Amino acid sequence: MDRIIQTLVDAISVGGLYALTALGIGLIFGVMRLINFAHGELIMIAGYAILLMFGLPLWLVVAGALAAALVLALAIERAAFRPIREADPPTLLISSFAVSFFLQKTMILFVGSRPKGVDFLAVLARQVEIAGARLQLLQIVTIVVSAVLLVGLTWFLKATRLGLEMRAAAENFSMAQVLGVRANRVIATAFAISAVLAAVVACLFVAQTGLVQPRMGLQLVVIAFVGTVIGGLGSLPGAALGGFLVGAATILLQALLPPDLRVFREAFVFVAVALVLLFRPQGIIPAHGLKERI
Amino acid sequence: MNIEVRTSAGSATAFLKGEVLRRLWPLLCLAVLVLAIGLLADLAPTVLQRRITQGLIYLVAVVGLYVFVGNSGVLSFGHVAFMAIGAYVSALLTMSVAAKGVFLPDLPIWLKSAEWAPLAAAFVGGAVAAVVALVVGFPLMRLSGISAGIATFAILVVTYVVIGNWSSVTGGQNSLMGLPIYVGPWTATAGALAAVGIAFAFQESRSALLLRASREDEAAAAASGVNMVRHRIGAFVISAFLSGVSGVLLAHFLGTVRVETFYLDLTFLIIAMLVIGGMRSLTGAVAGAVVISALTELLRQAEVGFQISGTTVAAPGGLGDVVLALLMLLIIVFRPKGIAGGREVSWPFRT
Repeated sequence: MDRIIQTLVDAISVGGLYALTALGIGLIFGVMRLINFAHGELIMIAGYAILLMFGLPLWLVVAGALAAALVLALAIERAAFRPIREADPPTLLISSFAVSFFLQKTMILFVGSRPKGVDFLAVLARQVEIAGARLQLLQIVTIVVSAVLLVGLTWFLKATRLGLEMRAAAENFSMAQVLGVRANRVIATAFAISAVLAAVVACLFVAQTGLVQPRMGLQLVVIAFVGTVIGGLGSLPGAALGGFLVGAATILLQALLPPDLRVFREAFVFVAVALVLLFRPQGIIPAHGLKERI
Repeated sequence: MNIEVRTSAGSATAFLKGEVLRRLWPLLCLAVLVLAIGLLADLAPTVLQRRITQGLIYLVAVVGLYVFVGNSGVLSFGHVAFMAIGAYVSALLTMSVAAKGVFLPDLPIWLKSAEWAPLAAAFVGGAVAAVVALVVGFPLMRLSGISAGIATFAILVVTYVVIGNWSSVTGGQNSLMGLPIYVGPWTATAGALAAVGIAFAFQESRSALLLRASREDEAAAAASGVNMVRHRIGAFVISAFLSGVSGVLLAHFLGTVRVETFYLDLTFLIIAMLVIGGMRSLTGAVAGAVVISALTELLRQAEVGFQISGTTVAAPGGLGDVVLALLMLLIIVFRPKGIAGGREVSWPFRT
């Protein structure tokens, strides 16, 4: 029984992490049809900010991580994505791939590719006992933070003017522009929010693994990508749900598979994903307005 | 688009007028270019010869990727997985029994005793990659273009995870060594010629034409009765075969295979070559492979360092990757159709 609860909590916390990552990617896709590979590098830069500022008061470290991700997100939007905003989705996809590779390789050039250890949020490594199961405090914090962010983001999108504009832009960008939504502001906001999500994911992920390295964002982003696809590309609830399901599935498979098959768990997850897509190519929660009207 | 109506008698006179030659002109130009590169490799000193040979192998991979991406308009991040499959299949079939005994003691007996001829193994390597593409193509090619592109990333990750952990058959994270090294400059040239020929033959086919129609306007093509998914799967399978063969060539050029070789860095290199050359034409694919191979060689020289009046001036290691990524971004912003601009080599004579 304890083991079941432990596994479930583990699955929910990892699922929450992937849901946040998938949301960051889904937000950008919504407003500009760009699949942002470089989202992983936002997580990476926030990770290095944590490494650099480690030892300072906690709020300063978190603020530093947020600032690093924000600056990088706005910089790549301005320098790389704004000039090609009108391009077709495949071109945008390639350019974000190039941006991601560029940032990663530049980082390797300066700090080397070896992982660096950092004992961030060591307080949370403690075990607590809830309902007879011994759980890591960090997992509970991860679940709470993910839930708060999801609720907060939903509130922002539903109840504020900027959120309304973002939803309008995601539905039909040119129509929204005609009705007075400012493209630059909406897109910059989307990048800023995705940077905040990336910084939070970085804090939780670094606390969990204790490592920072140039490629750390990649693993998160690949799984989150697949999450956005099975959730329904362009739909935010879909992204969150898809990211959550894929992340949770990795943990559940880790627990359920016989030991000698565990190393292949990603393969099993992706096979499951392929099966979902066979029956629902449009995703679990299909987006409105993604298909161009003819 | 030109619509030509021909009768059999008409095509005979057309041949005399050089129309066939005209149609085959891009192929001939590219074949001559590849042959010239092969000749250059033959004459070059050993180190440079190896680099040019490697460039020709990458050319096969880029052309393989082009067959799918260029015609369907769907980006693929998964083709390096097909290279890995080709490389490992051929390695397992051609390694000597003794070498397998050392590196892969747990191999099933029928594989352990296999010692195939290189050509047959290369063909089977490509074929296995093609079969895998057929199987995964069924769910993935039904997705809309952009989702399909992302989903191909999953192929890469799954292949990497499976090869990296299936220790009894692939050696896991360890390298497999002792592969017969039969790929020299002329083998690579032959591979490149074959790849360019197959890619050209495919893009002149009816299926590729219909696929390009669906690339330009999915809805209009569907309304005209084009079964996009079927043609996409066809292109995917052919391009996976070529990618598989390029993996085979790479394996038997290096003499070792390692799972790390076939992952993100190679994926980026191959995609960068295709994008920089221009992913909408075969000429672009070839041009990208040639230009980027030459450029990376120059950058590698810069990393080794130049002798300037007794002191060595060297660029920091890893600069090549950064420059490549930057170049790719600049191309996307300033010349989105790549070096070739989406066109084939055009007929130079007036008619």
